[in-house]
Amino acid sequence: MAKNIIEKIWDLHVVSEKEGQPAVFAIDLQLMHEVTSAQAFDELRQRGIKVAEPQHCVATIDHSIPTRKDRENIYDEKAKTQIVTLRNNCEEFGIPLLDLNSGKQGIVHVVGPEMGLTQPGMTIVCGDSHTATHGAFGAMAFGVGTTEVGHVLATGCILQKKPKTMRVNFNGALKPGVYAKDAALALIAKIGIGGANGHVIEYAGEAARKMSMEARMTVSNMSIECGARAGIFAPDQITYDYLKNKPHAPSGEEWDRAAQYWDSFVTDEGATFDLEVEIDLDRLDPMITWGTNPEQGMMIGENVPNISELPKTHRLVAEKALAYTGLKQGEPIEGTKIDWAFIGSCTNGRIEDFRVAAEILKGKKIAENVTCYLVPGSEAVKKQAEDEGLDKIFIEAGADWRMPGCSMCLGMNDDKVPGGMRCISSSNRNFVGRQGTGSITHLASPAMVAVSAIEGKIANPVKFFN
Amino acid sequence: MQAFTKITAKVIPLPLKDVDTDMIIPAQYLTSISKEGYGENLFIRLKQEQPDFPFNQDKFADAQILVAKSNFGCGSSREHAAWAILGAGIRVVIAPGFADIFFNNSAKNGLVLVELDAEVINGMLVDAENGNYEITVDLEAQTVILPDNTSYKFNFDPFRKECILNGYEELDFLLAKSDEIGQFKEERDKNLFFSTK
Repeated sequence: MAKNIIEKIWDLHVVSEKEGQPAVFAIDLQLMHEVTSAQAFDELRQRGIKVAEPQHCVATIDHSIPTRKDRENIYDEKAKTQIVTLRNNCEEFGIPLLDLNSGKQGIVHVVGPEMGLTQPGMTIVCGDSHTATHGAFGAMAFGVGTTEVGHVLATGCILQKKPKTMRVNFNGALKPGVYAKDAALALIAKIGIGGANGHVIEYAGEAARKMSMEARMTVSNMSIECGARAGIFAPDQITYDYLKNKPHAPSGEEWDRAAQYWDSFVTDEGATFDLEVEIDLDRLDPMITWGTNPEQGMMIGENVPNISELPKTHRLVAEKALAYTGLKQGEPIEGTKIDWAFIGSCTNGRIEDFRVAAEILKGKKIAENVTCYLVPGSEAVKKQAEDEGLDKIFIEAGADWRMPGCSMCLGMNDDKVPGGMRCISSSNRNFVGRQGTGSITHLASPAMVAVSAIEGKIANPVKFFN
Repeated sequence: MQAFTKITAKVIPLPLKDVDTDMIIPAQYLTSISKEGYGENLFIRLKQEQPDFPFNQDKFADAQILVAKSNFGCGSSREHAAWAILGAGIRVVIAPGFADIFFNNSAKNGLVLVELDAEVINGMLVDAENGNYEITVDLEAQTVILPDNTSYKFNFDPFRKECILNGYEELDFLLAKSDEIGQFKEERDKNLFFSTK
């Protein structure tokens, strides 16, 4: 019977399944960070059990660290304790830690792929909803809570129910100045913040096949913002070209065997999905969010929606959102004055994102009213960008080129957008106060963030490419 | 986990859809390394910004059942959201639907999530406003009983039900299958091409 990639990965990882019980589901790789792991290690300690597969776990530090140059000095005592606790737990339980200044530290979803740990056909979990990122490689990767982090540590498995499947076909081609981020925001705007609840998505279509690995990671990353637990791209030559020669990827004869195996995960001809969604990209303009959840997005040339034209169930949320973001219904968003600009996060903190930003910022100045944080996703991304001289472009433009971490994506560390300030951000969530209490977030591509930072107001990046 | 069988308790209404876990507990309150102490920061920003927010009102102080609109618990995977809700004394959340990760996290901690039709919930949200609305949630019978004795059946996964009724930990279920898992993993390792070491 013809199977899709989601069913293939699922079937291969079911250890056992009985009527009336969830499946015992095998996890191949667990990624860990300081915020969602301490209580899981405690559980093992209390029960006196070891980590079942330390060679299939890896940890790094990303959420609660500062991104100042002297980031080792953590002033927040609780954050410091959390980091020290992770170091101690990794030591005690024999789990490799990609620590600060190892050359390998970074946002957990940036370092997994760049280390070559994320590979096709695998199951990957992490105590973080953006684990979906790793689906770009043809892996089934999803976020779990801390209790399940403990289950994987103890047994290498979790209990799961078989997900429903959805295929999203990205048709056509993206115009210059329009990016994978815009495609993801367009999908979320179309199906809604809970549109894919209970489903795993496969991203297909001609535009998906042409996307770079960085672009695919951006799309997979945002899967959770429409409620999907995971979002997968079938592995292809673009996947293999990225993976080859990465530190933990196979080499030599093992590579050949691996690649042949990975090929087997491509969705069979004639395989079906529970849902199919078509997204036409030919006429897509850059997207920007106007509200306080990721589905409240629009193309930049459009006007903020009139509340009376929205479905009844959406009106109250939209009213509250506009009251919070201070935008007016029926009016353009382009030209709205901004105070902050942020490029970074597990969504858009990779080398390709900073290359785009540099192309736009070269020889330009950040507007006087704007504070611009550029935060590489990892130490490796930072080094690569500096080797290419991008940091000089950023600094000359007046941006703040910082140390790697989650930074102001989530308002957990020192990097916060002050209350009442408006930020255009390459991150993934515009929830109320997400970037700091009282902060206002507009989600967009790194290109739109860069162009807007120069102009001091929300601006369309397409004109830069014309 | 805390076992749960049946309660009759006051409802606190939260007439919002898409309640995200950043709203439930903002990231700045996640730096603790324990599972305790999150209750006081449940919905902290909404409590600070809106004096009439339900969790600021004395009439709901002893509520143990939260009723909200669709897609409750979306966004971040933080299990702290379930810990915060339980920490504030809530044992049941009733909504037309829940986000996946929050749904899983709640089950692990004995926070009972009940799905009912949006229409029924809209009625409950109005009736609960006076702060004097007590209902019964019976997990064993899978029913919600309103003050006028109207009763609604709800679906509940049988495995989860067994765990929550008895306070069983899923980890014990998994550990009991260690041998089977070990054999499976030995085979699986032949097609894994990495080590984190």
